[in-house]
This record gives sequence, C-alpha cells and structure tokens, in this order.
Amino acid sequence: MNQKNSLAGIRHRLGQYGDNMHDRWLNTPGWQRWILYVALIIGALLLPSESIGGFMSPYTDWASILFFPIGTYVVLAIGLNVVVGQAGLLDLGFVAFYAVGGYAMALIGTKLGWNFWLILVVGIGICALSGITLGGPTLRLRGDYLAIVTLGFGEIIRITARNTDAIGGPNGIRGIPHPPSIDELNIFGVDVYELLGVKIFKYGVLDPRPYYYLLVALAVIVIILVKRWEKSRVGRAWAAIREDEDAAEVMGVPTFRFKMLAFAIGASIGGAMGVLWASKVISLNPNDFQFLLSATILAAVVMGGAGNLPGVMLGAFVVAWLPERFRGLQEYRMLIFGAVLVALMIFRPEGLLPSRQRKAELKEGTGGMGTLGAEVPGPESRGEEVASK
Amino acid sequence: MLNDFINQFWPATIDGLAFGSIYALIALGYTMVYGVLRLINFAHSEVFMIGTFGAMFVPFVLGINSALTGIALVGVIIAMILAGMLASAGTAIALEQIAYRPLRKRGASRLAALISAIGASIFLQELFALLVIPEVFNRPQQGRIQMGLPRLMERTELFSIFGHSVRVDQVLVIVAAIGMMIALDALVNRTKIGRGIRATAQNPEAAVLMGVDINKIVRMTFLIGGGMAGVAGALYLISYENTNYYIGFLFGIKAFTAAVLGGIGNLRGALVGGVMLGLVENYGAIFFGSDWKHVISFTILVLVLMFRPTGILGESLQQARA
Repeated sequence: MNQKNSLAGIRHRLGQYGDNMHDRWLNTPGWQRWILYVALIIGALLLPSESIGGFMSPYTDWASILFFPIGTYVVLAIGLNVVVGQAGLLDLGFVAFYAVGGYAMALIGTKLGWNFWLILVVGIGICALSGITLGGPTLRLRGDYLAIVTLGFGEIIRITARNTDAIGGPNGIRGIPHPPSIDELNIFGVDVYELLGVKIFKYGVLDPRPYYYLLVALAVIVIILVKRWEKSRVGRAWAAIREDEDAAEVMGVPTFRFKMLAFAIGASIGGAMGVLWASKVISLNPNDFQFLLSATILAAVVMGGAGNLPGVMLGAFVVAWLPERFRGLQEYRMLIFGAVLVALMIFRPEGLLPSRQRKAELKEGTGGMGTLGAEVPGPESRGEEVASK
Repeated sequence: MLNDFINQFWPATIDGLAFGSIYALIALGYTMVYGVLRLINFAHSEVFMIGTFGAMFVPFVLGINSALTGIALVGVIIAMILAGMLASAGTAIALEQIAYRPLRKRGASRLAALISAIGASIFLQELFALLVIPEVFNRPQQGRIQMGLPRLMERTELFSIFGHSVRVDQVLVIVAAIGMMIALDALVNRTKIGRGIRATAQNPEAAVLMGVDINKIVRMTFLIGGGMAGVAGALYLISYENTNYYIGFLFGIKAFTAAVLGGIGNLRGALVGGVMLGLVENYGAIFFGSDWKHVISFTILVLVLMFRPTGILGESLQQARA
C-alpha cells in the first residue's frame, strides 16, 4: 500500500512538472517558438548521420529504418491520432488506408505511368473517398462496434487484394516507379549535391536518405495542418464529440459530418504515407498490410498519449525503434514488445506524454470510450486518489 | 451456379454447422466478458489458440500415432477436451489477473484495456512460437510451422443426408458444442454464480451493494469463457487435425463477429450468431469460391451492424447502453 502511494506520488509530481513546462511553453513569444520549430526540423534532417545511427541501430542501416518503420509509423500515427485521439473514434483497420494509398501508387505508377507527384494528389483523393465510403455507413455506430467494423474493413481490403488477380493477387505488384529525380542541382554555379554530400533529390534504390527527406517534408506539412485543425472550430467539435457525443449533438454540433471529416483526414494522411512508401519499395504485396500494423500504430498512439501530437510522435518512434534497436535479441523482440505494451498500460495508461485535457477526461471516465464496466472504486483505488491530491 | 449450390448445399450445411459451433463456443467468451466488463477481450483469440495446444498435449504425451477405437478413443477425446479447457481457462484467468485487473482497479479507459489486450495477444503468440512449441512439443526451429495431429479417429460415415455423408467428427463437434451451451445456459440462469454474473452485467454498483463479490464474478466470467474456448480448441483440433501459433487471430475475429451478430452480451445470441456465420460463409463460398469466405463474413457483419446494431437477439445480459 505504502509503496503504491509513493509510486502514485512520483507519477503525480512528474505530471505536474509536465504541466509547468506546458504552461511555460504557452507563454513563450511566437518568434522563440519558431526558432525551436526550425531547430527541430533541422534536427530531423540531420538524423540520418552515421554518428547517431551507430548508437541508435547497430544492427541495421539507420537511414533505411528512419524511413521505414520509424518515419512511416510517425506519419501514420499522426493520421490515426486525428481519428482516435481527437475525434475519439476507435479505428482498428487504419492499415486499410495505407494499403489503398500504396496500391494507388503501385497501380497507377505501373499501369498508367503517371508522375509520382500527380499520383500523390490522386492517391490522397482516393483515400479520402474511401474514408468517406467506409465512414458513411459505419460512423453511426459507436465504440466497440465501430472498432470491429473497421477491423473487418481492414481485413476485407487485404483479402480482396490477395484474391484479385488484376492487381497481382498474392504476389502483389512489382516495378513501382520512384519519384522523378533531379540528377544535378546547381544554384548560382554551386553544386548543391557536392556541398551537402547527399544527392537530396535523387530517388534511386541505394540511398534511402532522399526518401527520408521527402518524408520529413510530408510530416511537417501534415503536422502544421493537423495542428491548425486542432485549434480551429473543427478541433473543438471533435473534442466535444469525444467527450460526450449526445451532448455535442444537442449543442448543435453536426456530429456525423465532423466524424466523417476526421475519418477522411485520417485516411488521407494514411494514404499519403502509403503512396510515399510504395514509391520507395519497388514491390508490394498484400502481406505488407497485416492487422498487426494497425494494432502497432494504435499502440503507438495510445502509448504516446492519444490526442497529444508530440506524445503520439514519441510513441510511434518508440514503437518503431525499440524492436530495431534490440535486434540483438533477434526473435524475442515481438515478445518483449507485447509485454511492454501490457506493462505500460498498467503503470501509465494515459500514455507517455498525455495532454492535460485528455488526462482530465480520463480521470472523469469520459474521453471517447469511457471506462471499463464492473469497476467500483475499492479501498485500493481510493488510496491512490488521496495520494494524488 | 445454382446447380453448384444445390449439389453442395448439404456438405456446406454440415461444414457450416461444425465451424459455426466452434465460432459459437469462442464467441461465448467474448460475449460474457463484454457483458460484464464492457471490454473486447482481444486476447481471447489466444485463449482459443492455447486450448488447441492444450488438447494437442494429450496425444503428444501419450505418444499416440495411430487411430484409436472404443473406450481408448473416448478416454483420449475427453482427456483432450479437459486439457484444452484447463489450458484455456488458466490462460484466461492469468490474463485477467495480469493484464486487466490493475487497469480495472484504477478505472482506466477501455482504450487502455484494449491496448493491453493487444499486447497480451502478441505476447502469447510469440511465447508459443518461440518457446512453447519448440521446447514443450520438441519441435526446435519449427515454432512458426503448422503442427499436425496424428489421426485419432477414423473418419467413418455416421449417416447420410440426401446422399451426402456426415462424418463422426463433424457430429462430435456439433453435439459437444450444443451440450456445452446447454450446460452454460443452466449455469448462468440457475445458479448463484450465474445470478451474480447477470447482476454485475446489469449494474455493477448495485451488485456490489447487494453483496456480490465483483472480483470473484469477473474471475468466474473469465474462467467460464476460457473453458468454452478450450473446448472449442479441442474440438477444432480433433476435427481438423492441425493448429499453429497464429490460428487464434482469424477465429477470434470470426467469433467476435458471431457474438455481435447474435447480440453481444447475449449467450443464446452467441449460439445463433456462430451457427449463422458458419452457415452463411460456407454457402457464400459456394458462389464466390472459398477465397472470399472471410470477406463474406465481414461484409455480413457490416450489414447487420448497419441495419440491426444490437444483433439478431439483442443485448440482453446487460442494460441497453448509452
């Protein structure tokens, strides 16, 4: 009992420290924030260097795993966070949209030979459309029903792809084109490639770094857009739906339309990542889009702290990076991953970096899915409550 | 097309009933836990998987390689079912203790419980692929390869319907499943524990005030649900004679679909949903080919949820949800 209290105390103090930091962040003037943003972007661009990679991934090529799984998971988690963290809709089939994006790139690229940038735009459109198509009939469902329907949808997409010979069946599609390269880049007579030591716009097979830079660009755009939405009327509507859908509806929020919007936006982000991923890998097949990927991304979102963008990105990074870092443990990494998920939910169910609003919601037992049934506060949980006061 | 259907109608029906019975038995675990805790026990699929391996353990230890007859066969089958139940129920209880109880105590969100379940599910799969199958079943380096069961029971024809034979193992699956259902129905509706389960499902706080020990009830719920999944695992193994570490995933989703189809939280609904799902996907397979079997069942799930979201029989173990 005593130990439990002190644990709760530490957790509480940590949470308070986080809140103080957050307050200070809110009070910093805009230009200082911009400096930090730019520093973060530059830091992200410098990440693929050898010196960092030596520590971060001694077993595999650091720049490659920065693109997949780390970068890919981060962007997918941002997309899923819109659906799960912000609108509070539990989606267990997010990988479906990633698959649609990947297949859009593969099919249009090989059959019609379109340019990558054009396919990116079209792919995003297709994914938004598929998000709406799925959302239309299913978004009237709530909580667990929605979860299971989206899970079913994810499997339908994968099995359909496997069974349809016109799109390669179980073998998938080969020979997916890369984005158009710029072979030489001279600005005012200076060879930029020479200067940087990296051919940043040359999309080949050997160097994963150009793709990674492209991914960082995509991530930055997505983050800016998502952040703007979160602060706008749309974001407030999502929060209202997440906390209490009936109350939101009564207050005049067109809940169904906003839920559709969240679905479409999440799907577009997943789809954009699918297009980008497919443009690097040359060949894909239906087994690249297993349910485990959906589960992993969802785990990343919840582990990082659903609804809080930096937290979600941290969660995705951890989920993607840990198994790669501990490749020394070979096969045991998924075993450890599973155990870590369970332990994390026991000791820190609100995630690594929860937002303050979410934390309050969780305490009240609202926040999308509500609490478990059959849970009546016993003497033990009361002890914890006292400790946190 | 229609000719195909008429030709294959009876085999598909029998197969559908056998599969449906297995779905129904697994669905019971989902439905009971959901009824009491409002939680998708995602790791229940792994409970089923462990049940198949628990049953596999009996012939493995006895070193049976050829078909049995008479008393020996009956004894081995009963032992397999019991071993499956034991393994599954033990797993379910351990899951509840380790993965769910700490969350429940703190009143954590259902999302956290779901993630915990997914984590436990991955953990159990990998545990079997990496340790249990290579070490216990003595198949080093083959943890991820399908494991077959030596034929225990000659697949003799028991009787025939319109010229299509019905095999002993199919009858066994269906009869055993129905027997378990009847026993469970009696348990929930006639006994004190069953009353506790129903009370907790309706209103946990009132149940506590009336002197129901919630922790005991939740443990019983997991125990019973796990035991049913163990029976399903043993029956599946006896009839289809193979299993692997990943088998739970598809069966888990199908069984959840069955539970939702019948009305989640409703025990009889699980039976109806399971059998319906088994039948429909086998009939559908005649028209579209067996590759599309899974797509058919998910499509049906979506359609049912759109037009009758409380399932065929409605949600009765619990109150209507907000």
